[in-house]
Amino acid sequence: MFAVAAIALFVGMIIVLIRLYAGPTLYDRVLAGNAFGTYTVLFIGILGFLTGRPDFLDIALLYALINFVGTIAILKYFRYRAIGDTSPTPRGTPTANGRLKDQGAKS
Amino acid sequence: MELFINLVLFSMLVVTAVAILKMRHLFAVVMLSGVFSLLCALLFVTLDAVDVAFTEAAVGAGISTVLMLGTMALTARNEKMPRDFSFIPLAVVMITGAVLIYGTLDMPDFGSATSPAQLHLATEYLKQSPSDIGVPNVVTAILASYRGYDTLGETVVVFTACVGVLMLIGNLARRRRKDEEGAE
Repeated sequence: MFAVAAIALFVGMIIVLIRLYAGPTLYDRVLAGNAFGTYTVLFIGILGFLTGRPDFLDIALLYALINFVGTIAILKYFRYRAIGDTSPTPRGTPTANGRLKDQGAKS
Repeated sequence: MELFINLVLFSMLVVTAVAILKMRHLFAVVMLSGVFSLLCALLFVTLDAVDVAFTEAAVGAGISTVLMLGTMALTARNEKMPRDFSFIPLAVVMITGAVLIYGTLDMPDFGSATSPAQLHLATEYLKQSPSDIGVPNVVTAILASYRGYDTLGETVVVFTACVGVLMLIGNLARRRRKDEEGAE
């Protein structure tokens, strides 16, 4: 029963990896990375029951937290083009050194 | 079943590593390296080293993804094609890998009961820590109690490093903002 679930999780992981590698847009890749983190959480849970020692379920919860915070950080990077310094310069306006602040948004 | 799980995880690890080498789009490389750390963490969990796995996930998939994204915000987003194939780095990597694999040949088998780690100190800890401390996880008991001062020192080092980095980055951001205001 749990073995079947583990195999199903592996299939899901491989599909997500393919999407992460091939994914045409950035958002495919963000979603694929997030989904892989979720698969990790699920797999730790399944592994606990497979080996008969479900003591590590709380650790799986911590992985879910890491995954969430990481995704938030990535999305924040897309929104502001920076992670630490979120100065309120509007997008597309030239900054002090003459470059456009938001050059790479198209890719 | 355990062999099957290890095989699948290791083959996914290899595929991810090759994909990281092949990709030129740096954002995808950052995401793939996060996945690589998560796979490493899963392998550590299958080896019952949950604390190492958790550190790997927190540092590899959490912090270093964020740091690499921050670096990408400051530099380019695509990798330049290498101009020519150079032999020396490949040779260095191959030799280092061969030496590391040679070094593992002397190690005892995984989980072997006669390995030095199982014989001397570990048995004492396993015997003593339930009555001394009463925490079910022996590794936690050792880290937080027997080696409490050591762990405290490590935490102080990491905290100092964090404070230093924050002061450097905070100064940089403040100076840049002041420059922008001055230019306008």
